[in-house]
Amino acid sequence: MATQEMEELVRRDYKEGFVTDIESDTLPPGLDEDVIAFISNKKGEPAWMLEWRLEAYRKWLKMTPPSWAHLDYPPIDYQSISYFSAPKRDEDRPQSLDEVDPKLLETYEKLGIPLHERAALAGVAVDAVFDSVSVATTFKETLYEAGVIFCSISEAIREYPELIKQYLGTVVPVTDNYFAALNSAVFTDGSFVFVPKGVTCPMELSTYFRINAANTGQFERTLIICEEGAQVSYLEGCTAPMRDENQLHAAVVELVTLDDAYIKYSTVQNWYPGDEDGKGGIYNFVTKRGDCRGDRSRISWTQVETGSAITWKYPSCVLRGKDSIGEFYSVAVTNGRQQADTGTKMIHIGEGTRSSIISKGISAGRSNQSYRGLVKIGPRAKGARNFTQCDSLLIGDTCGAHTFPYQEIGNSTATVEHEATTSKIGEDQLFYCQSRGISEEDAVSMIVNGFCKDVFQELPMEFAVEAEALLSVTLEGAVG
Amino acid sequence: MTLPIDAHRLTFVDGVFSAPLSQLDGLPSGVALLPLSRALEENHEAVGGPLGRLTGVEFSPFSALNTAFTEEGAVLRLAPGTVVEKPIVLQFLSRAGEAPVMSHPRILIEAAGRSQATVIEHHIGEESAANFTNLVEEIMLDRGAILTHYKLQEAPLADLHVASIHVEQGRDSTYTSFNLNLGGSLVRTDLISELNGQGATANFYGLFYGQGRQHVDSHTLANHNAPHTYSNENYKGILDDRAHGVFNGKVVVKRDSQKIEGYQSNANLLLSDRAEIDAKPELEIYADDVKCSHGTTTGQLDEEAIFALRTRGIDRQTARGLLTLAFAGEVLGEVSLDVVAERVELAVAGKLPERFNLAGLVETAVALDDE
Repeated sequence: MATQEMEELVRRDYKEGFVTDIESDTLPPGLDEDVIAFISNKKGEPAWMLEWRLEAYRKWLKMTPPSWAHLDYPPIDYQSISYFSAPKRDEDRPQSLDEVDPKLLETYEKLGIPLHERAALAGVAVDAVFDSVSVATTFKETLYEAGVIFCSISEAIREYPELIKQYLGTVVPVTDNYFAALNSAVFTDGSFVFVPKGVTCPMELSTYFRINAANTGQFERTLIICEEGAQVSYLEGCTAPMRDENQLHAAVVELVTLDDAYIKYSTVQNWYPGDEDGKGGIYNFVTKRGDCRGDRSRISWTQVETGSAITWKYPSCVLRGKDSIGEFYSVAVTNGRQQADTGTKMIHIGEGTRSSIISKGISAGRSNQSYRGLVKIGPRAKGARNFTQCDSLLIGDTCGAHTFPYQEIGNSTATVEHEATTSKIGEDQLFYCQSRGISEEDAVSMIVNGFCKDVFQELPMEFAVEAEALLSVTLEGAVG
Repeated sequence: MTLPIDAHRLTFVDGVFSAPLSQLDGLPSGVALLPLSRALEENHEAVGGPLGRLTGVEFSPFSALNTAFTEEGAVLRLAPGTVVEKPIVLQFLSRAGEAPVMSHPRILIEAAGRSQATVIEHHIGEESAANFTNLVEEIMLDRGAILTHYKLQEAPLADLHVASIHVEQGRDSTYTSFNLNLGGSLVRTDLISELNGQGATANFYGLFYGQGRQHVDSHTLANHNAPHTYSNENYKGILDDRAHGVFNGKVVVKRDSQKIEGYQSNANLLLSDRAEIDAKPELEIYADDVKCSHGTTTGQLDEEAIFALRTRGIDRQTARGLLTLAFAGEVLGEVSLDVVAERVELAVAGKLPERFNLAGLVETAVALDDE
């Protein structure tokens, strides 16, 4: 697009009234090509990126939202959403913890988050005591020495366009699904990680701080690439309960591993789930997919899902390389009126590929939860192996737990196993604990943690502690 | 072609009732077994009332088509407390004619309180036939009724076969289904049981064997609408050549249907690299005091088991055949009617590649059993 046109566009948009008040720099609700051009321009993107976005948008217009999930929500009005919100300026944020919603602080207290982190999570202006900027800089230096690139996706588009051009949208194509297409058109931020050949990333990478510091919008795009023999462990912490209501969150995460590479991707998701009556909360429509392109490469997804009013999420692995490995470990907890339709897809293409799926679902209150998983074995995936176990725990008689495993097997040398159970906490189990002086609430917490153990032990240590704490917070009031 | 069994028998040729091939003498009192056309003629209200109660035209395009075009079928009505000793055979023959025929048979079974019967639905035909059977069945079991339902589908390999079976179960009733699919080119069965009364039990057993380019599709649904209901399912699939099998089982537990048990098991054996199986066992649960589980596996024959047999002087092909038969045996072991179990066993053995010559082996085994 010519510069002149662009300028006109931007000017016209301004004329129509951008809300540029002190609070934040927010576009008025609505979505059209001008909005996308505005986002692209704000991010200082090259012309090809804008074209890419516009193409995605045009394709999205012709698509229909998926309706196969076991979810119930009113149709989303995409014109009532604002697609760009610049970071609030420091002086507008709460100046100290005293100004933060006490309920929020209570949650942090229960989670055992250190005081200075609490401040960061609540969006308190960063001061000298807790200087996340300097933290980030230290990280960057260590990483730079190791040759690892870790930056925001917007920065990567500007600084490393060749890598972006080579990999962006190759794992999750623009037209993969309705929400991925929308994300491709309007994504505002996210992370980019590149680990070069033979390098083991010297530290665990995390978006925990960065997302909060940057106050990233609802459409993130993450791209992680591990070259031959490289390794990285990446943590995504969405532990900040959002105060905003009924927000649409449509992220896309793409992982690529070449020969012998290994990516471990862990998520603890605790978006605002809405109140007890199901008012508000995040609609979480996320597409996450890893592509094991190289031989003997490995991608491991671990997720603890406790938040969001609606979760629609299927972290997947495309096992293309010979002897590549895909793993999925998940704990999902729903309470109140939360709905979750989550699971994974393991697509076995290469010879000797292996995958394992361990999924634990806990439903309480009036919530509904479904495990939906696909195991597909292609005709060339000789000797492919899958093991799936999904267990559901029901707490109370008003919730629902569902299992929808799909198996498509086109190879006689493949071995595929699926097991699922649904049960509740046994009265005898509770009685056993209580007879030893353990309170009912603690007993339930113990049993639930034991139920989730297989997954928790896959989490990095500090996350595991947090996940356990999160579990008891989420289930509070569900037992009795 | 017909099952060598002493039974009450209704025979339909390309969907048309055949009196000479039927055996309706000596029906015990309290049993009404007759073709649909005659039942409608004789007692329109009693038959016409329940007809279509369990399935309307909404269920599927095929059931709508059946409802529109059905002319013939079988009606079985059991008075309270009637126990039918001899099995009841509903035989559907597919003939090789000048042009393929589409038929829309309808089966209606009403079993009153504490009645008991075994129904064998047998689909078979001339080798070169290529007809389309579009079947709808409605089965109503009142309090304490027990029905065992064999569906032995050995239709010619060019036949198309679509069936939807709708079962309604009252208190303490037991419905046991054996869905044995061996023939047909394109086969789809929908089996739905509504467990409406406390203590109702549904047993779904299935075996399908696909070869060539056969497509065999089995959908089952157990709706637990009342507390203290039980469902148990075991389906086995064997697929060879370029056959395509589909298993979709579903257990739904309604809110307040507490103390239910629902088990689902599906195992599939792929004998060829080009065969495909799509399995989807589903659980949909809205109550908390339940015991539900499902499992599904797909794999090939165990190399170690083959090796074990070979060390005993059995050649590889025969070993494979024996293991395949053993795999099917888990479902056939539940079959209490020997004549059906043997027939299916022979059919499975006969489907194995020629060199196995297992049919002989099985015949010997059967003969030994009889002695």
